[in-house]
Amino acid sequence: MKSIKIKADNLNVYYGEKQALFDVSMYMEEKQVTALIGPSGCGKSTFIRCLNRMNDVIDICKVQGKIEIDGNNIYAPSMQVEQLRERVGMVFQKPNPFPKSIFENVAYGPRIHGIAENKSDLEEIVVNSLKKAALFDEVKDRLNDAGTGLSGGQQQRLCIARAISVNPDIILMDEPCSALDPIATARIEELMGELKTEYTIIIVTHSMQQAARVSSRTGFFHLGKLVEVDKTETIFSNPSDQRTQDYITGRFG
Amino acid sequence: MGFILISLIILIGIASYFLGNLRAKNLRTSNQKNLKSLSHYYGYYVALWAVVPALLILLMITSFKPFFIEQYVLSDFIALGSYTETELSLLFTQIENTALGIKLFDENTILINGAVNKLNYINKTSENLTYVTVLGLSGLLVLYSLFNINNKLNSRKIVEKFLLVLYFTCSLVAIMTTVGIIFSLLYETLRFFSQVPITDFLFGLNWSPQRVFVREAGDLDTRDLANAFGAVPLFAGTFLIALIAMCVSVPVGLLTAIYMSEYASPKVRDWAKPIIEILAGIPTVVYGFFAALTVAPLVRDIGQGAGLTVSSESALAAGFVMGIMIIPFISSLSDDVIKSVPQSLREGSYAMGATKRETIVKVLLPAALPGIVGSFLLAVSRAIGETMIVVMAAGLNAKLTANPLDAATTITTQIVVILIGDQEFDSPKTQSAFALGLTLFVVTLALNFIALQVVKKYTERYD
Repeated sequence: MKSIKIKADNLNVYYGEKQALFDVSMYMEEKQVTALIGPSGCGKSTFIRCLNRMNDVIDICKVQGKIEIDGNNIYAPSMQVEQLRERVGMVFQKPNPFPKSIFENVAYGPRIHGIAENKSDLEEIVVNSLKKAALFDEVKDRLNDAGTGLSGGQQQRLCIARAISVNPDIILMDEPCSALDPIATARIEELMGELKTEYTIIIVTHSMQQAARVSSRTGFFHLGKLVEVDKTETIFSNPSDQRTQDYITGRFG
Repeated sequence: MGFILISLIILIGIASYFLGNLRAKNLRTSNQKNLKSLSHYYGYYVALWAVVPALLILLMITSFKPFFIEQYVLSDFIALGSYTETELSLLFTQIENTALGIKLFDENTILINGAVNKLNYINKTSENLTYVTVLGLSGLLVLYSLFNINNKLNSRKIVEKFLLVLYFTCSLVAIMTTVGIIFSLLYETLRFFSQVPITDFLFGLNWSPQRVFVREAGDLDTRDLANAFGAVPLFAGTFLIALIAMCVSVPVGLLTAIYMSEYASPKVRDWAKPIIEILAGIPTVVYGFFAALTVAPLVRDIGQGAGLTVSSESALAAGFVMGIMIIPFISSLSDDVIKSVPQSLREGSYAMGATKRETIVKVLLPAALPGIVGSFLLAVSRAIGETMIVVMAAGLNAKLTANPLDAATTITTQIVVILIGDQEFDSPKTQSAFALGLTLFVVTLALNFIALQVVKKYTERYD
């Protein structure tokens, strides 16, 4: 068994009066891809946004319970959220490059965390990140062009490059391919396969095929509850819960 | 008379709406006629026929009537041929007054008495005639249009077309007004430039139009003409005061906008924003005496305390208060612009581990920059056009100075000074106001145009 990177313990999340997550407990293994599936509004995005405390931005959101990364509770008062997010990168549903140049987009994280010692250091980080995100060859001649001018798939890979530029342990991906065409999707999935050798990846996806293709473990969410989490093969071939069975066979969702 | 008549027309209009509606419904049920539009469109159709031509005729009658009445009443005097235009119009006023029972002169000649009778008679007759014409026309057209309702008539199309014409006319009013203003400005400005060379006006360093007099014969005293209308001191004063105003309003407005859009809780926002916007609603004259009575003495006292010579009316005081006044222009617009930066960019920055400040400075402000610049430009054009504060707090002396503690004057202020009181409208002094107005107009128009272009470029960016 792989070592455990992230552990969620009895996580309850409320948006104002409404409870979005009910007693979610699960763990995620290091340097593996964990997929979270489930119908819309089931809480899988809420869950992934707890892992880098993105829900802090929402005033009415309240989180109870514990999430440990490498044994440290990220909701502990001593935890600095900026440092947490340096270690836990995130890629969003819609590609959201900053309205800056390609270079500046990737250099953003290293700059604010003071990672690069000097200019050539920074350039090296940017080039390496773009290479890891399989984007460098396509943009190497126009690093100073606007990041927003790239195609959708390229923009998403730029966002991945941006996320890995600060050398995180974990990359969260919130439906990273839902705004992309099948070819761009295939490239991102291929990229995930490469990235998991270095990073722990958590991916929320609507596509069960995608979960089956990229992940080693899969969790199924329904109505704010984690119904079942297990090895991906088990979830898709022999789920123990009737609701999982119904969902993966397309009876609802 | 006008009020009753218009009310009557409107009543006819309402009644004819129901008539048209009813007739259309009857036709539909009794003859199984397949009408092209819904019944109420036939109602509107009949009502339009009842109201619109009648109102147009009324408008024509009322605008031409005074002229004809005057001609008719004065016909005896005109026939005498010994009166000039002015005398005739004076006579007519006298006749009107007499008819009202006001007797200012004792020269009640037979002619005037006769004219008074004529006036009373024509007033009465014309009123009756107007009633008959307008109401008669309205009624006839109602009948015509009622009988016109059949299955070939597409009343919906006609109503829509009428509305199109109405909308077009309304927008034409604003456009024609603008065009009219521009042309009257241009006309007077050209007259001014025929007496004072445009280069003297634009590049001259001395502004003292009060030195120009018109001699008795109507000739100009040309000795001082050349260096009386140099507008550079005014441009400089305007620029100086606007600059001071921007120095106050840009930082305050921008920081307010950042606080409102990124930090303030919805509750604080809800009450703070309207209060800030009230600043823009305070009459400028109130700002003016605030500037003159409170800020200017304060500036003077502080300046004197620091050992500086400060005039009691200073560009600094006026610019400062003007800056306060235009804060809401910047804060409101910038707030909207910053808020409209997509949430996904904020999240992207936070997810990289950026703090709020880093997110604002490095992502939000650069993304919103064109819109923010647009708000600055709109604020500048407001500052340049502002008059009252400067009149009250910055003085009227056209002095070429860059010292903010000195008195200064602006284009708008000088226009006020030039046009206050009784003025001859053919002296270059008065006409120079039009030249100044046109200059101001061109500058503000250019600024607004640039601002709108910048804002437009910005709005295209995210979709």
